[in-house]
Amino acid sequence: MSSFGRKLIGGVLAGVVMMGTVGCGSSNPLDSSSSQESDASTITIGSANFAESEILANMYVQALASHGIHAALKPDIGARDVYIAALKDGSIDLVPEYTGNLLQYFDKDSTAHSASDVYSELKKALPSKFAVLDQAKAEDSDSLNVTKSYSEQHHVTSIGDLSKINGLKIAAAPEFATRPYGITGLKQQYGVDATLIPINDGGGATTIKALLNGTVQMANINTTSPSIKTNNLVTLKDPLQMILPQRVIPLISKSAESDKVTSVLNEVQSKLTTQDLMTMNGESINDKESASAIAKHWLQTYKLV
Amino acid sequence: MNVFSQTLLWLGDASNWEGTGGISVRLVQHMQYSLATLAITCVIAIPLACYIGHFGRALFVIPVINALRALPTLGMLSALALIFGLGISAPMIVMVMFAIPPVLAATYSGIANVSQTTTHAMRAIGFSEWQILWNVELPTAFPAILGGIRSAFTQIIATWTVAAFLPVGGLGRFLIDGLAIRDYSQMLGASFLVIGLSIAVDVLMLIVQNTIERHSRYSQLTTQS
Repeated sequence: MSSFGRKLIGGVLAGVVMMGTVGCGSSNPLDSSSSQESDASTITIGSANFAESEILANMYVQALASHGIHAALKPDIGARDVYIAALKDGSIDLVPEYTGNLLQYFDKDSTAHSASDVYSELKKALPSKFAVLDQAKAEDSDSLNVTKSYSEQHHVTSIGDLSKINGLKIAAAPEFATRPYGITGLKQQYGVDATLIPINDGGGATTIKALLNGTVQMANINTTSPSIKTNNLVTLKDPLQMILPQRVIPLISKSAESDKVTSVLNEVQSKLTTQDLMTMNGESINDKESASAIAKHWLQTYKLV
Repeated sequence: MNVFSQTLLWLGDASNWEGTGGISVRLVQHMQYSLATLAITCVIAIPLACYIGHFGRALFVIPVINALRALPTLGMLSALALIFGLGISAPMIVMVMFAIPPVLAATYSGIANVSQTTTHAMRAIGFSEWQILWNVELPTAFPAILGGIRSAFTQIIATWTVAAFLPVGGLGRFLIDGLAIRDYSQMLGASFLVIGLSIAVDVLMLIVQNTIERHSRYSQLTTQS
């Protein structure tokens, strides 16, 4: 056999073996083999892989520690799937969450719209081993934004005002295509036709740039992002409550719950505002301060430590 | 039902192959992007490598361009998207940047490996520099150049998926969009398509490479040098 033939067969075999290995692998990419139980006296607080979640986790850790409860931090775990799995297997006990997204995660057919409905539905939808504490006033939800000049030029201040505009392009994460607050919701609830320009930077610099230079007319940006203020963007009103409320809420494993933990964290929850989140995100993004320093500063401002 | 059988169902579902966002369209887009990237890469890398290899000048270019490979793809994409906007140019520049090193290095070494005795002899009997390059160096380097192109092409096909972080088409859409809605069967399905595509293209190019090598009148020259 020629060397070419051998090479060819070798290549194909390698390919087949590779596909086979992938195919026989774990049936569920979320299966976590590590199930280290944390020390019962310590409450381990995890966070998602973005700055705000890490700041919130630091706030909870420091607040608990100042009341003599031993708390450990496990930041930057990843996306919701990953830290929920960590909560299930006991490697963390608590994680900062957002009401609307959490409700959608456990009950994707829920039709709740108001903040209080979402909260009560969420309590019902939670798995039996999980609980949530009080929801904060602070909210980090999606919001649809246009530039100030676009808003003035086309007289757009509310999402419904967009129904008269043709060829509307909106920059948002890819999931916006199918979410109830996305392209489908815009059409069904407000009669707005829009094309999604999928950008995966979480409403970051690329999204802002596309909005400012007119590549898109509208962008989905989190309400707590400092860039809304920095760029004088106009956040469109949502009178039909298409966009789910996303109040900050601690998701806790019932085994770690105690009256003391609950009362300490609920006090933190009662003080936190959306403006605080925006300021703290600004300190993180613009001033590059550490999550723990930002959290400490906030707790001191409200005299919680 | 596990993710693997769901993946097969996803791949087998005819409705997933149709429409503007269907697999067929994405597959064609992916090939178009990849071929365009390869063409631009060759147009830049091969003449540059010929110059460097033939004259032995500007040798520092090779390690400098090689070092560019170490730049993080995603970071380059975001940075260039801020400069060039959301069109195809930002990802295209990034993909070309990462495809140039293998083609450049292969072409350069192919040409630089031609024996000095041969080129000196040709110069002595009156061949111009251009004729030396065209008649001896390039044909001798041809198998090496094809090898470089082959390795670049596989890399291009695999790396274009990352560009779907920005609003571009191709098979990466299934990966990035699937991740956003936790549709793992779609992601795995698209991964299989990308793997299949690179293997198919690689095998095809291997056949082309070997056919040319076997029929090339310069093959004797190559094996002796």
